[in-house]
Amino acid sequence: MGYSGFRVIKEGLFGQKGWKPVWRNPEPKAEYDIVIIGGGGHGLSTAFYLAKEHGLKNIAVLEKGYLGGGNVGRNTTIVRANYQLPGNSEFYSHSLKLWENLENELNYNVMHSQRGLINLFHSDGQRDAFVRRGNAMINQGDDAELLDRDGVRKHLPYLDFENTRFPIYGGLLHRRGGTARHDAVAWGYARGADQRGVDLIQNCEVTGIDIENGVVKGVQTTRGAIRAKKVAIVTAGRSGQVAALAGMRLPIESHILQAFVTEGLKPVIDHVVSFGMGHFYISQSDKGGLVFGGDLDFYSSYASRGNLPMKEHVMDAAMTLMPMIGKAKVLRSWGGIMDMTPDGSPIIDKTHIEGLFVDCGWCYGGFKAVPGSGFSLAHLIATGNHHEPAAKFRLDRFRTGRGLMDEEGTGAQHNLH
Amino acid sequence: MRINCPVCGERDRREFYYGGDAVAMHRPAPDAGVEVWDSYVHLRENPAGQTRDLWHHEAGCGAWLVVTRNTVTHAISDVALAKEAKR
Repeated sequence: MGYSGFRVIKEGLFGQKGWKPVWRNPEPKAEYDIVIIGGGGHGLSTAFYLAKEHGLKNIAVLEKGYLGGGNVGRNTTIVRANYQLPGNSEFYSHSLKLWENLENELNYNVMHSQRGLINLFHSDGQRDAFVRRGNAMINQGDDAELLDRDGVRKHLPYLDFENTRFPIYGGLLHRRGGTARHDAVAWGYARGADQRGVDLIQNCEVTGIDIENGVVKGVQTTRGAIRAKKVAIVTAGRSGQVAALAGMRLPIESHILQAFVTEGLKPVIDHVVSFGMGHFYISQSDKGGLVFGGDLDFYSSYASRGNLPMKEHVMDAAMTLMPMIGKAKVLRSWGGIMDMTPDGSPIIDKTHIEGLFVDCGWCYGGFKAVPGSGFSLAHLIATGNHHEPAAKFRLDRFRTGRGLMDEEGTGAQHNLH
Repeated sequence: MRINCPVCGERDRREFYYGGDAVAMHRPAPDAGVEVWDSYVHLRENPAGQTRDLWHHEAGCGAWLVVTRNTVTHAISDVALAKEAKR
C-alpha cells in the first residue's frame, strides 16, 4: 500500500494498526539471474533500477548483516553535485537529478532537503580555485554561485568572519546541495525493490564465488549455494575481502573517516557548511543534532573508529570557524570504512571474469552516489554497456594511466587520498 | 595509537607519517612489465587483520619503520627499522 498524508491521518485515527512490514524476508532460491552481493544503499538501488528500468525480476540481494547496516547507515548524509573533473562531474550531476525525483519514484520520504551547500574560502588563491570549480559545475548544467564575504554573512551570520588567521573571503554556494535521511534511502530502495519482486536476503554472508573457465556461475553463502548468471560485488568498505573470493586484488585500501554528532539543538545551522582551511564540514539533522566530520585518519583500517589526532583537528576547526557551537555536547563519534582508490574516484565496471561486476571505491563520496551508482550499475549489468555518466569509472584506469580522476590533484597513489 | 620506534622509544602517532603498505619496499625492476608495476603501485591485499605498513618518524629520528599492525583493532605487534626489515 502506498504512503500519503491521508494515510498517516487515517492510521492515526485507527490506532496505527494498519502498517505492515514493507518487505518480505524470503528464503534464498537455488538460482537467480542476478545476484547482488551487499544490501547497502548501492546494492539496493542497483536491484531497484534493474527491476524498474530494465524489467528484470529474478534478482537477489545478499546481505551478511541487516539491510542498510553498513556505510549507508553511518555517514554524514550530504548530497551534492560539485565535482570538477570529467567523469565525476557528469556522474554526480546525474545522481543529483535522480535524488530530486527520488521521493516520487520510491513513494517514500527520504527527507531530501536541498538546503544549500556553502564551501568557504579564505584566500585569493582559494577563491580562484572555487571560481574554477563553480564554472565547471555550471558547464555541467548544475548550479553554483560565488558569494563574497557579505554574501556569506547573509546566509551564515554566526561564523567568525574576523578570525585573524583564517578570515573568510567568501564562499561557493550550491543551492541544490543538501542532505537526506540516510536510513530512509536504504529502506525506500529496499521497499521499492521488494515490491518489484527482488528477494532481499539478510543474514546471508557470501563465503565463495564460483567461477568456471573464467565465467561466474554463482556464490557460496552461509545459507547455502546459489547459482547465478551474473554477480555484482557492491560491498564498498569490504570490497577487497569479497573480491578476494574471486581471486582478485583491487586497487583499494580501506581507510577510516570519522564523524560526530551532538545532542539535539534548536534549529541553528540551515545549510551544509565546509571550512576551507581545515577539514571540517557540518549540517544539522532534522532531529536537531549537529552532524560534522573531517578528513581521513590516513592509515589503512577496518576498526570503525578513529584516533584522537583527527578528532582534535575537527574540534579545532569547528571552534575556529563557528565558536558558537563550543557548548554543544558531542553525543557520539564513529568511523566509516572507506574504500579508497589511488585517485579518489570510484569504480563501476566489468571484471576479467565474465558475468562478474564490481561497484566499489566510493572513497568519501558514496552516500550522494547511491541513486547514480545503482542506476549506472544496473545499466551495465542489464545491457552489457557502460552507462554514459559512469563510463569513465573503469577498473583498468590505474594500470593504463588513462582517465584518472584525481579531484584533489595530489597524485594517483595510495595514501594520498 | 602509539608506535614503539626502535630508535626513540614509544611515541605518539602524531609524530609519524603513514607511508602505505610495506609492499613499497619490494620495487620491481624497471622493465618488469605493466602487470607487475600495476600490482606494485595499485593493487592491494587490503587485509582486515594483520598488515605491514611503512611509517616515517618525521617528527622524531627520521627513520622509516615497518609496523606490523592489526587493521581491525589497531594493536601493534611489531616495529622494525625498514633498512633492517628489508634484508
